[in-house]
Amino acid sequence: MAVKTFTIDGQAVTAEETDTILQAATDAGIKIPTLCHLDGLGDVGACRLCITEVSGTNKLLPACVTKVSEGMEIKTNSERIQKYRRMILELLFAERNHVCSVCVANRHCELQTLAEEHGMMSVRFPYQYPNTTVDASHDWFILDHNRCVLCTRCVRVCDEVEGAHVWDVMGRGTNSRVITDLNQPWGDSETCTSCSKCVQVCPTGALSSKGKSVAEMVKKRDFLPYLMATREEKI
Amino acid sequence: MLLEELNALAEKEKAGRKQICVRCCMSAGCVSSQAVEIKKALEKAVVDKQLTDKVEIRRVGCMGYCGQGPMVSIESEGLLYEHVTPENAPSIVEALAGGKTDVEKGDPNMPFFARQMLVVRAHGGRIDPERIEDYIEVGGYTALHRVVHDQTPAQVVEAMTKSGLRGRGGAGFPSGLKWATVAKSKGDRKYVICNGDEGDPGAFMDRSVLESDPHTVIEGMAIAGYAVGASQGYIYVRAEYPLAISRLQIAIRQAKQNGLLGEGLFESTFNFNVEIRIGAGAFVCGEETALMASIEGRRGQPRPRPPFPAESGLWGYPTLINNVETFANVVPIIQKGPEWYATLGTEKSKGTKVFALTGKVRNNGLIEVPMGITIRQIVEELGGGAPEGATIKAVQTGGPSGGCIPAELFDTPVDYDSLMKVGSIMGSGGMVVMDNSTNMVDVARFYMQFCMEESCGKCIPCRAGTVQMYNLLNKILSKQGTIKDLEALEELCDMVKNTSLCGLGQTAPNPVISTLRYFRNEYLALLQPEPPGEKAKTNGHLAGSTH
Amino acid sequence: MSKVRLATVWMDGCSGCHMSLLDMDERLIDLMQHVDLVYSPLVDTKEYPENVDVVLIEGAVSSEEDVEKIHKIRHRSKLVVSLGDCAVTSNVPGMRNRFKIEDVEHRAYIENAQNNQHVPRSVIPKMLPHSRPVHEFVKVDLFVPGCPPEADTIFFTLSELVAGRMPDLTGKTYFGA
Ligand SMILES: Cc1cc2nc3c(=O)[nH]c(=O)nc-3n(C[C@H](O)[C@H](O)[C@H](O)COP(=O)(O)O)c2cc1C
Ligand code: SF4
Ligand code: SF4
Ligand code: SF4
Ligand code: SF4
Ligand code: FES
Repeated sequence: MAVKTFTIDGQAVTAEETDTILQAATDAGIKIPTLCHLDGLGDVGACRLCITEVSGTNKLLPACVTKVSEGMEIKTNSERIQKYRRMILELLFAERNHVCSVCVANRHCELQTLAEEHGMMSVRFPYQYPNTTVDASHDWFILDHNRCVLCTRCVRVCDEVEGAHVWDVMGRGTNSRVITDLNQPWGDSETCTSCSKCVQVCPTGALSSKGKSVAEMVKKRDFLPYLMATREEKI
Repeated sequence: MLLEELNALAEKEKAGRKQICVRCCMSAGCVSSQAVEIKKALEKAVVDKQLTDKVEIRRVGCMGYCGQGPMVSIESEGLLYEHVTPENAPSIVEALAGGKTDVEKGDPNMPFFARQMLVVRAHGGRIDPERIEDYIEVGGYTALHRVVHDQTPAQVVEAMTKSGLRGRGGAGFPSGLKWATVAKSKGDRKYVICNGDEGDPGAFMDRSVLESDPHTVIEGMAIAGYAVGASQGYIYVRAEYPLAISRLQIAIRQAKQNGLLGEGLFESTFNFNVEIRIGAGAFVCGEETALMASIEGRRGQPRPRPPFPAESGLWGYPTLINNVETFANVVPIIQKGPEWYATLGTEKSKGTKVFALTGKVRNNGLIEVPMGITIRQIVEELGGGAPEGATIKAVQTGGPSGGCIPAELFDTPVDYDSLMKVGSIMGSGGMVVMDNSTNMVDVARFYMQFCMEESCGKCIPCRAGTVQMYNLLNKILSKQGTIKDLEALEELCDMVKNTSLCGLGQTAPNPVISTLRYFRNEYLALLQPEPPGEKAKTNGHLAGSTH
Repeated sequence: MSKVRLATVWMDGCSGCHMSLLDMDERLIDLMQHVDLVYSPLVDTKEYPENVDVVLIEGAVSSEEDVEKIHKIRHRSKLVVSLGDCAVTSNVPGMRNRFKIEDVEHRAYIENAQNNQHVPRSVIPKMLPHSRPVHEFVKVDLFVPGCPPEADTIFFTLSELVAGRMPDLTGKTYFGA
């Protein structure tokens, strides 16, 4: 396999040609913020937090889906990118009802952490306060649309890893919602195996286990790379 | 079918023609104003007046002058009738027999028609779109025969490249280059897709082509299939176009019956089939990757490119996707040669472009003009200028992805690059003329609302950013906004444009950006003064942060 | 050096931020050497004074009275600080925003009331359709998120302000902290 040489934030880096900028950066110890990406799942390039500046194009390229190439000069953290990332985070907070202080995921939430890392101390955009609901029909789990960022990790893990494809997305634009089966209550789902994979990969408090109170929902995401590794070995 | 049989069919058709052909427009616009009844009335009148030997009534596609429909034309007599009704239609036939008619007459030589250059729409308003014989009579399917027998796929691609044709779906990507990429891509299978989703508000160029001349699109696709090595084509049409769908169904059936689609075309080894896929009316499904997802039966959402469809498209196979109008250019290019085509238009934008001209001009309708014509010529000559008492202020092109061009820039030539330079785009062909009564902030809001409602919701900047931009425009329009709101709007425009996943989000801010560029005063006039040290009472400004 | 004229205001919040303020304990005494507390739920002044240097605002803007108050405060203060999540994001008070005011009132004063079930109209200020963050009404100069921000955070913030610096709170506090 061909090896490519390029720079990330001025640092010389080499990587396989099949690697994405994100993989190369991670291997080189350079952190690029992500939200929709999760190691072990197919990438969709949806959250746009991982955007980078790459020499030779005016377009900002999402690191999670852009393959490396020879001689690329990649900037992961320019002022412009930082500004856009912060705006994206603010848009997310304004879009649904995020009340961290009473959220099961408080202190264990990727969105909250991203906001903190980006010095986001307030949201400049007016909050939308949508009329989003909670589905607590499942015996073990709760879906709280108030906290959902539509990253589709749940959709992908259930489809790609569990093979159940319980989840999908319904509606358009800001009215999009993740749904179980054909928009039936999760508890009535005949396809859900209750494996909890979706709950564990969900970056926020949108999916949680029942019985967890404020700040108690700690997700276990390590299972995914481990599981994928063991599966690959078997093949 | 053999070439001789094809030619024989054309000869037979010609021989059967009567002295006078009365053409009755049966496109969606005219059909919705009783064109079917009008045609019946005309046919009955011919029988009543015992003119069946001499006069035939022909159903035809769109004549373009849609604002004046229903239309009836009698080319041999140089007659054009407008606003025809089933009641007054018989008098048109009576007039042919020496009687009188008081049906409104149009001028077939007026600039609206005379200034047009018909390449794509050459058969529109002339042939019966539901009879393959009509198409064959005007040389249909000979281009396909020619490429299959006399040219290698590489030669066909070469012809496309030479012609200089650029995609008519909006972005203007060089078609030859796209065909060459698909031809080069390796795959057990390849596909050809015709994009007939046409979701821009007010646009109906592609619908008109599909309704008026479906075979030319099908033939163009077959030629493309031959050139790139595909044997299956899909035409994706929105469900809102039932007439286009039914005419395509008829056309595909007739082409199959005549051996012009299917296995071993013209006794060669080339196979090509076409199927229709009906879209459910989401604008975003016109975006190529969303369209393919939709054909595959998945949620119609765009995905990041690369990979481009040319490398990995439908079900992962190399796929050529072009717009309806792009395919409609293929047959003329093959028939008359790429050299001829390259003489039309400007250096970098070849050929013609079909526009749906609407708004504050005297003549509304569908026009096909050579690239390089100025906006002023379109508005003043073809459009006939402003109606009584109105002053034209701007022209909007490119729909929700485009921009407004102010009157002082009307000498801008209509080509891909010039339109881009003035902050708009060619787009798929919407052209809305606006006069002084139009508030440009309102125009921007209209398109923003459209994008907000049509956003697929996959990526955050477009999904949530359009909502905030729409709210800000509303706030400004209701005179509650401050300069801070305008700043926030501009920051959002910049961010959404640069970070969105697909073309919808990337271009959604364009109408705002272009109206701000030329009509900033209209925004400023709506703003509230801001009390010093204090922000206005309402929401949406940029609050300071700790940094 | 003249003392900093400090005010603290309690709007639609639970008073937790003020509790956290008091949690500074003996550090309060140090701080008071540099500060005049000119207005606060903790002192007796009735009218919000002129020429306030720094005001800490706890709570969201939820009623018509809050709106009036916040504008007056902005006019009379040099530096407005949103203290705590309710002021910064509307937080818990904002959780009613998805419901109609009538439904909220019915729930609070009738369904959940043991006796005297009626919606008070005269003494209680009229609620806004939404509880919203302070900065959606007036310019805010500094945000201190947290529910509540820790006493250390508040102490750091005030110490910096008293020293004439704008505190950098990155990594020191966050939503829900
Ligand atoms: C939101 C969006 C909507 C689009 N809608 C259409 C459409 O309705 N018809 C079309 O031909 N192309 C549309 N396109 C462009 C297609 O993605 C694609 O570029 C085009 O079909 C390629 O054909 P061409 O090269 O012949 O222009 C759209 C693009 C975007 C981003
Ligand atoms: S999901 Fe995360 S950001 Fe949203 S309320 Fe919960 S902790 Fe806060
Ligand atoms: S619990 Fe497992 S099967 Fe059920 S929805 Fe989640 S991932 Fe799918
Ligand atoms: S429920 Fe969680 S994992 Fe699923 S889309 Fe929402 S935030 Fe992402
Ligand atoms: S830009 Fe808009 S339409 Fe395109 S993928 Fe993002 S959300 Fe969907
Ligand atoms: S992590 Fe790359 S777009 Fe979300």
